[in-house]
Amino acid sequence: MTGTEQTIIGRGNKDGARLFREWFDELNAAAEANRPAAYVFVMGSFAELLRAFDFPLVFPEINSLQTAVRRVAHEYLNEAEDYGYSPDICGYVKADVAVQLRGGKHPMGRIPKPAIAVYTNACNTYIKWAEIWERMYKIPTFVLDIPGTRLAGGQTWPGDTDFENDRRYVIGQLKELIALCEEVSGARFDIDRLRENMEHANAMSVAWKQLLDLNQARPSVFNALSDGTIFLGVANGFRGLREGAAYFEDLVEEMQFKAQRGIGTLTEERYRLIFVGVPCYPIFRRFNELFTESGGTFVNSTYLWFASGGSNVGFEYDLAHPIESLAEGVLIGVRDAMDSMFFQTKILIDMIDDYHADGVVYHPIKSCRTVSTGLADSRRDLMRRRDTATLFIESDMMDRRVVSEAQLKNRVDAFFEGLATRRRQAALGSARLST
Amino acid sequence: MSYAAGVDVGSTQTKTIIIDEHRRIVGRSLTDTGANVMRAAESAFQQALGDGGIREEEVEYVVGTGYGRYKVTFGNTQVTEISCHGRGAVHMFPRTRTVLDMGGQDTKAISVSQSGEIQDFCMNDKCAAGTGRFLDAASSALDIPLGDLGPTALRGERPVKISTTCTVFAESEVLSWLGKGKKIEDILLGVHESIATRSVGLLRRVGIHEEVTFTGGVARNVAMVETINRRIDGQVNVSEESHFIGALGAALFALDRILVSRTPAKAAEDTA
Repeated sequence: MTGTEQTIIGRGNKDGARLFREWFDELNAAAEANRPAAYVFVMGSFAELLRAFDFPLVFPEINSLQTAVRRVAHEYLNEAEDYGYSPDICGYVKADVAVQLRGGKHPMGRIPKPAIAVYTNACNTYIKWAEIWERMYKIPTFVLDIPGTRLAGGQTWPGDTDFENDRRYVIGQLKELIALCEEVSGARFDIDRLRENMEHANAMSVAWKQLLDLNQARPSVFNALSDGTIFLGVANGFRGLREGAAYFEDLVEEMQFKAQRGIGTLTEERYRLIFVGVPCYPIFRRFNELFTESGGTFVNSTYLWFASGGSNVGFEYDLAHPIESLAEGVLIGVRDAMDSMFFQTKILIDMIDDYHADGVVYHPIKSCRTVSTGLADSRRDLMRRRDTATLFIESDMMDRRVVSEAQLKNRVDAFFEGLATRRRQAALGSARLST
Repeated sequence: MSYAAGVDVGSTQTKTIIIDEHRRIVGRSLTDTGANVMRAAESAFQQALGDGGIREEEVEYVVGTGYGRYKVTFGNTQVTEISCHGRGAVHMFPRTRTVLDMGGQDTKAISVSQSGEIQDFCMNDKCAAGTGRFLDAASSALDIPLGDLGPTALRGERPVKISTTCTVFAESEVLSWLGKGKKIEDILLGVHESIATRSVGLLRRVGIHEEVTFTGGVARNVAMVETINRRIDGQVNVSEESHFIGALGAALFALDRILVSRTPAKAAEDTA
């Protein structure tokens, strides 16, 4: 490996881990200083706006998944269940409840208490979750009501009458949110700070889109499940910040470098796969290995769309009209997360073609109805429209009690046996055609 | 003459099939798996060798399958029981397009191509309700030998509704029906109906395409066969060897490897 290769390859993962630690160090410092934070979610975080008021941003979903990745989620889940939460409630919610019951104690440091919670209706659980903090801390919560697409069977876009009406509705809500943030933070709203944050978010969105496109390379330059999750953490935690934009610009440079030289991931890439759903965090590494051991690598994932805070659509704000453009970005980004459930097949088919995918892995999880409910229909629809190998496996993103590795492995192995057969049959078919 | 073997290490029983180059079964064995999976595999293999009067060195290739497939340490490779049941079922009944395999802790619905390759599959999830274990629970609660469950259930006329989705709770539900004075035959028929409902649900998920072949240990239960037939409004294929079909599929895969290794062009094609 040359000096340049040594410096550039793997830089994204190293820098991502460092940024993550720094972020949690800052949260810890905020908690120690009793500085209240803004609690937000990945499907529409309004980071650009909230940073203009200097709120430390807390993503409870990310805190919760970190407990699973660090293999202590069961302690937090048990504590919330002992407190009275049902085993059927979302694991992210329960882990967060336990974090709150522990006074913010988390494996990565202390999490500051909320001063405000801001979220959209992209997930029904967000609303009920924030009500817990509202009761616990007597803080204001703000639900930004994003109207779903009203056009049956299609989507509306800027310029369409429905979209413009919806934009006005969102702008009205954003103005109310700004007034509330001024009240909670005691700071005056500065539109130029918002503009600056939006500029960083623009750079990140452009780079994120480029990054996803770069994985069309053969071999793929990153694993959308393992590496992708690191990228996703930075995309959320550093949205609207200069460091976030710079990170993704560097990441694009790294992946371009790899793509140009045919450098892939650590997996010997025999099968290119697409992942649909949320990862299995309680056995995160092992779950990925179930695929990489058989030469499968994930080249893209729906997780990288709906949990990227809207970055996946590559939308860029019009900095001359920040509030109007923020409303547009929120509508497009959040709807993309919500609508992807209804328009998923078309997107998946395009992805199969663009990324030369051999198979699609559906992973519904017990904890999350929002992302899991439509997956059986999506799979059936995809199989009707395209002769592509699919795998349907179920587990959870938090609760290892419903993760059965032996059962998962059995299904994954059978999936690869099927992929090998398909490839053999295809090879035999082309051999027959050429003779 | 060289031979190929398939060793299917299931949760309850371990099955071995040895076939010759003409795909004829020449040796078989069936043992309880028990706690020492590795020993069960070895012992089942040795018993099958004895059954066929075959020396170990005459077996050129061994495929392990089932949950304990990685414990078949003397095997050459492993293939999942999903693929093996598909392959074995099509070998037994060449017009098979859908396979229902019901074992001790798994029920699988498998859609197969003409040549026995897997098109799609679906399994029960992290719960033994709807599997052979459910019958074990009923057998133990009612104190009726496993082999008598089917014939007893067939005498039932008014099946009770088993509403629980948990094998452990099913046992208490069975007892509560007994307490209410329900006939054992009707309770057992209810148990079979409950398992059949779940299994046919799995079949519907992959699509029920004729012919349907029922494999696994539970396929020997006459009441289960009849209940499934009624639910799918058809007639499933059942072999006398139903519980050996996974091992048979494994042995067929083993024979493929032997034949491929003897044909250089095919070997190259296969590994391409």
